[in-house]
Amino acid sequence: MTADLAVVGAGPAGLAAAVTAAGRGLDVTLLDAAERPGGQIHRHPARGPVPRPVRRLTRRLRGVTHLPAHHVWTVVRDGDTWLLHCVAGPDEAPATVRARAVLLATGAYERQLPFPGWTLPGVVGAGGAQAMLKGGLALPGRRVVVAGSGPLLLAVATTLAAAGARVPALVEAADYTAYARRLPALVRNPGKLAQGALHGGSLLRHTTRLLTRHAVTAAHGTRRVEAVTVARLDADWRPVPGTGRRVPCDVLAVGHGLVPQLELATGLGCATRRTPDGTPAVAVDGRQRTSVPGIWAAGETCGVGGAELARTEGEIAALCVAGDASAALARRRARLRAFADAMAAAHRPRPGWTDWLDDATEVCRCEEVTAGRVRHAVAELGALDARTVKLLTRAGMGWCQGRVCGQAVARLAGEDPAPDRRPLSCPVPLSQLAHLPEAGPEAGPAPEAPAPEAPGAE
Amino acid sequence: MSHVPDAVIIGAGVVGAACAYYASRAGLDVAVIDRGPVAGGTTGAGEGNLLVSDKEAGPELDLALLSIRLWRELADVLPPETEYEPKGGLVVAPDETALTALRAFAEAQRQAGVEAYEADADRLRDLEPRLAPGLAGGFHYPQDAQIQPAMAAAHLLRASGADVRPGEEVTGVLTDRQGAVRGVRTTRGDLHAPAVVNATGTWGGRIAELAGVHLPVLPRRGFVLVTEPLPPGLVRHKVYAADYIADVANGSAALQSSAVVEGTPAGPVLIGATRERVGFDRTLSTAALRRLAAQATALFPVLGGVRAIRAYHGFRPYLPDHLPAIGPDPRVPGLHHACGHEGAGIGLAPATGLLAAAALCGGRPALDVRPFRPDRFPEQKGPAA
Ligand SMILES: Cc1cc2nc3c(=O)[nH]c(=O)nc-3n(C[C@H](O)[C@H](O)[C@H](O)COP(=O)(O)OP(=O)(O)OC[C@H]3O[C@@H](n4cnc5c(N)ncnc54)[C@H](O)[C@@H]3O)c2cc1C
Ligand SMILES: Cc1cc2nc3c(=O)[nH]c(=O)nc-3n(C[C@H](O)[C@H](O)[C@H](O)COP(=O)(O)OP(=O)(O)OC[C@H]3O[C@@H](n4cnc5c(N)ncnc54)[C@H](O)[C@@H]3O)c2cc1C
Repeated sequence: MTADLAVVGAGPAGLAAAVTAAGRGLDVTLLDAAERPGGQIHRHPARGPVPRPVRRLTRRLRGVTHLPAHHVWTVVRDGDTWLLHCVAGPDEAPATVRARAVLLATGAYERQLPFPGWTLPGVVGAGGAQAMLKGGLALPGRRVVVAGSGPLLLAVATTLAAAGARVPALVEAADYTAYARRLPALVRNPGKLAQGALHGGSLLRHTTRLLTRHAVTAAHGTRRVEAVTVARLDADWRPVPGTGRRVPCDVLAVGHGLVPQLELATGLGCATRRTPDGTPAVAVDGRQRTSVPGIWAAGETCGVGGAELARTEGEIAALCVAGDASAALARRRARLRAFADAMAAAHRPRPGWTDWLDDATEVCRCEEVTAGRVRHAVAELGALDARTVKLLTRAGMGWCQGRVCGQAVARLAGEDPAPDRRPLSCPVPLSQLAHLPEAGPEAGPAPEAPAPEAPGAE
Repeated sequence: MSHVPDAVIIGAGVVGAACAYYASRAGLDVAVIDRGPVAGGTTGAGEGNLLVSDKEAGPELDLALLSIRLWRELADVLPPETEYEPKGGLVVAPDETALTALRAFAEAQRQAGVEAYEADADRLRDLEPRLAPGLAGGFHYPQDAQIQPAMAAAHLLRASGADVRPGEEVTGVLTDRQGAVRGVRTTRGDLHAPAVVNATGTWGGRIAELAGVHLPVLPRRGFVLVTEPLPPGLVRHKVYAADYIADVANGSAALQSSAVVEGTPAGPVLIGATRERVGFDRTLSTAALRRLAAQATALFPVLGGVRAIRAYHGFRPYLPDHLPAIGPDPRVPGLHHACGHEGAGIGLAPATGLLAAAALCGGRPALDVRPFRPDRFPEQKGPAA
């Protein structure tokens, strides 16, 4: 059976696209690695109640073939259709979906920048803390410092405070006044401003100190985090000497914004663009078409910008697949994208953050590679990029395949992070690979054709 | 003030690094230029098998035997991070027909100086307890070894003391009025030297073209699968199955080696083709992954339940007769080549470096270099395709 459209990712973009496409009479299959739909923003416990917005959306999913717990590890062309190979369910069973068109709505994941002490128990990702609370799990402490950069921190601090945690400080490395320079974008987004003010207000009621242009430059503790050092930053995010002070806490929730999840797109050869915060994202046209005909992308995989933008893009993509368009949606998208770009520019990590690291700081946790070893590979062994650092230190070779440390390693090597390339977007049992269905002749040039000017390997 | 080295080596892969190492040891002052980082080319995608087992008797095997000896010496010089491990290879024959062919193959190798010991089914189990049951037998090749290629290249370069210039691309080969080489043009200016070594692997044809000569190096892609980390000892050697195709025309057996399965010190098992004579597609080929996984799980059924955590690919630099080009180019005085090693460039690097250094110094080569002459491919006649 061949679906008209396969949607990868059941977050806001994918759900909106699936519903819209099904509404236009298309035969839609929706796949997601998670067991429940909703994506990052609507994470909810597998057994608990389903949040209202998700309930509303899933009700409308009637007519859509929804395949939860299906991790698509690659998408390949097969004649004039696409094959989506999946690892399905707790048994990691093989599954393959065939579709005439594919929408990638794979979202984003949290960026971590290392600092001394970041591997201590009690240091959690800001987005991770948010998900834990939404998932009905208890936080591992009561006094929580929230730190990093990006608008997500405000939401996290608010959720924490509402859940009864004490948040002594919200430490933001950037400066919100940077938004002012992009005021036109903000003024056209009155809703965003109101939302920001709301967060600020409720936080103030909870006696949270908002420290902009500051960073947590170290976490302290023996068995778990007991305190953090908060220091003022200069414009390049270098700590200003003499400004560090200790703030006691038993949890540090830290994150530096989100980065698009790209590997399926790059595996397909979709072109990418560099967003204003320095990370690569899938490049799409005004109707969410990627550079590869038959492949669409929508939501944060095209650049981080919030749920509303994701939904809008999902709808635009679905309409385009159905051969339709909406001027109103296009205008909304333009407005929201402009705002997202302004925010991304404001929160882009500045080069001075690497000064937070001493040589003993672990950068790659999976392979236990320190900043000192990465610096040695760059300065002494001729590594100029993250890929060579990986080859010479093993940073990024472990279980997470550089998802946690990749951004940091690239910046230590002196480059902006390259688009992620992982032909297997998740671990795949060898028995599944060995029994892959025989595809038709795969597209592409003759095997012996000379390759274009390309680095030795991608 | 610009300093004039004795030779410029283009390419900071394992082959360029070995050329730099042996040239410096011979007393030459060399510079190494690469448009990217050290080991950023095919070397970074190579698996690090140092094999004699897969080579039929002939010039490539002679080069491999010399190299294996040199790697052993180098292991004492290079730091432990290069992960040299003389773990030995195990070639298994699924049935009697394959075993008979393997015997003939190994006998010819032995004549050439390879250590090869037949292992019956019981001995196979001793050597590799997790092998599938029912294999007819195989051969143990204790000389086969392993190295971490990128580390080896970086540390050979470091030990050479050469002036290493990453991030600089060669855009022209400078010649004098008589047509002899006098340096290279790069994105950062001109660098003068009386000799230039083309160690650009898969891109060797392009550099030859810049110097006005024909050298048909072509890319041939290969895939590798990497598993999740596994307990040590699961796979102890470099293990692969041998299938032989009898070439009726000349009676020789061409080795069609299948995926090599091996453990690494860090735990993951690598599954990769050694000398792949079938080119792979340019996009991710699920057919290639299927083939690797099927061969590996057929050899080691226990791997069926193990997960692959990544796949990667690289382009092997190959010449039509599957032999590298090594030595001076008689067409352009001062131009030397050291490229086109296909699926064996890691293994063959030290011998290549030693021969290149001898040529640069005008010394006697350690073995007969005629089969590797860079001008052995006739120029294509007629308009370019
Ligand atoms: C002794 C030894 C031990 C090793 N141990 C490990 C280990 O423990 N863990 C490990 O992960 N690796 C290991 N490797 C492999 C090693 O990492 C590789 O040599 C090297 O990473 C290959 O780099 P690459 O060219 O794939 O570049 P990378 O830095 O990996 O980047 C290339 C990217 O391209 C992607 N890519 C590959 N093929 C395609 C395709 N068809 N389409 C789209 N994208 C594609 C890759 O996934 C990858 O992300 C080991 C190698 C050796 C020799
Ligand atoms: C998947 C795979 C597995 C392999 N496994 C093995 C194995 O197990 N054992 C083995 O022995 N071999 C193996 N090989 C083959 C081996 O990797 C190669 O033969 C070897 O790396 C070639 O090394 P090199 O130094 O010649 O080329 P490279 O490493 O490609 O170096 C050439 C360098 O030249 C540079 N360059 C090119 N053009 C220019 C220019 N104009 N200016 C400046 N610099 C330039 C490039 O940037 C590059 O760094 C494998 C290959 C692949 C693809």
